[in-house]
Amino acid sequence: MLDVNKVRKDFPFFTSSPDLIYFDNGATTQKPQCVIDTVSEFYTLGAANVHRGDYPLSLHWDALYDKTRESFAKLLNCQANEIVYTAGSTHSMNQIAYGLQKNFLKPGDVVLITENEHASNVMPWFRMRQESGIQYEYIPVDKQGNIHMEDAKKAMHPGVKAIAVAGVTNVLGAKQPLKELAALAHENGALMIVDGAQSVPHGPTDVQDLDIDFLGFSGHKMGGPGGTGIIYGKYDLLQKMEPVFLGGGMNARFEACGDMLYQEAPEKFEAGTPNIEGMIGLGRAAEYLLSLGMENIEEYEKDLRAYFAARMKELDNVEFYNPDNAYGPIAFNVKEVFAQDTGSYLAANNICVRSGNHCAKILHEVIGTDSTVRASLYFYNTKEEVDRFIEVTKEITLEKAVGIFF
Amino acid sequence: MSEYKNLLDDPEVLRELIMDHYKYPHNHVLKEGAGYKKIHMASASCIDDITVQADIENGIIKDINFAGIGCTISTASTSMMTDLLVGKTVAEAKDIVDNYFRMVNAEPYDAGKLDEAVAMKNVWRQANRINCATIGWRAMRQMIEESEGSHE
Ligand SMILES: Cc1ncc(COP(=O)(O)O)c(C=O)c1O
Repeated sequence: MLDVNKVRKDFPFFTSSPDLIYFDNGATTQKPQCVIDTVSEFYTLGAANVHRGDYPLSLHWDALYDKTRESFAKLLNCQANEIVYTAGSTHSMNQIAYGLQKNFLKPGDVVLITENEHASNVMPWFRMRQESGIQYEYIPVDKQGNIHMEDAKKAMHPGVKAIAVAGVTNVLGAKQPLKELAALAHENGALMIVDGAQSVPHGPTDVQDLDIDFLGFSGHKMGGPGGTGIIYGKYDLLQKMEPVFLGGGMNARFEACGDMLYQEAPEKFEAGTPNIEGMIGLGRAAEYLLSLGMENIEEYEKDLRAYFAARMKELDNVEFYNPDNAYGPIAFNVKEVFAQDTGSYLAANNICVRSGNHCAKILHEVIGTDSTVRASLYFYNTKEEVDRFIEVTKEITLEKAVGIFF
Repeated sequence: MSEYKNLLDDPEVLRELIMDHYKYPHNHVLKEGAGYKKIHMASASCIDDITVQADIENGIIKDINFAGIGCTISTASTSMMTDLLVGKTVAEAKDIVDNYFRMVNAEPYDAGKLDEAVAMKNVWRQANRINCATIGWRAMRQMIEESEGSHE
């Protein structure tokens, strides 16, 4: 079991902001000291580009840069060459979607998504429909965002060539049946694509056991530096997938006549000077999470969330949208108070949450409201913080929410 | 009049005004009519999504309405604006709008020109909410400017 008091000592944030309760972990997470040190070492020891220098400083960073693939291979149970570096989930999901346009999908093919998805797993598909006639259809979800396999089976048909869903959804915290969905996809010759932004940081992910074809997620949502992310892809599929960005570092050769030869995966997807210090820091974050144990993280967060949910149910001034989900954020509104007013009130009480539609703008079809307040946890949050949150939230009224302006 | 002015110094009164305009916004139905221009305001950084329409003829603001969803501050500030600017000349309206923007940006302003809208005087303390307090006003400012363009 995770010792949260010990864990909190690893994060300077808790010393520098002792009064703040940070419940916006779905947006980004605080960084452990080891990650901060790793990144700042790159600046203090001396910066150098990777894969291009003949001198020791470059080789030093090169080795650490490549090592991050190995850390993620451990974390996801895959091979190091199946790990592609990106700038975040958004980059990952765009690369996956557009990457499939050439050698995988043709006009009329269907991709199954849900109304629960984050913008980055919706808008690329919308654009692909406009631009190349690749279609999307929705797998229905229940009021708390969950896919039921009967519905997924009904949505499946011979035209479906991919399923693309979030492992855990970013507003309602629905944990989708990825293994069953992958099996369904594969029985029908379709690909299984997962947006892991809200699932990978919070528990074990075994891509082989789940049999996922492509997975995208963000490094900064798991203690890593900003502007970092990962694509996992089965190696043969990565080899077949077209890169979106072309440029230095990803080509083996190109000639005046227009012929181009790309590098092999994963380098083929990493055009240009990468976020070197970010990826090295992200490798450190992955090692940190592995040292805590992904199972321990999951167990701790599940317990904390169950406690949070039980306490939310005590409040009669809130509408709580996802009481039955075991994962992810707490989504709610204070009755008669607009989400952003609640967010500001909590902010005035040193509690950081997010209000809005959380980039899931089509979710209102599911829960019947446009905007919610989202309190999202990580393994360093505590029951004491939940208690303080409940004390403050219990008191919120329209009058008090407006009162912060006076 | 001076008693009323004193009332507008009372935070309790201002808070009630905001709540009232939020719960029962004024001029909150869009109308049909050839004279109306409208602007849709929505941004990625907030949830507010409102449409403001105005009928400006011969340099006079004849009518303003709005619709859509917004927080207390955006709804109340826009509702107050509709009360304040209808019937004004474009020149008067511009002066009021200028004063309002000065107030929400914590610059010196003439409270006498803003009537109930002075309720928004502290919004700048929550910097992320300045946007809310100006969403309807920005739409109106744009329509006023455009109406001047079409005069020439
Ligand atoms: C489910 C989901 N997908 C994608 C993203 C986008 O992540 P990023 O902003 O790091 O690209 C997020 C978070 O914002 C998310 O929650």
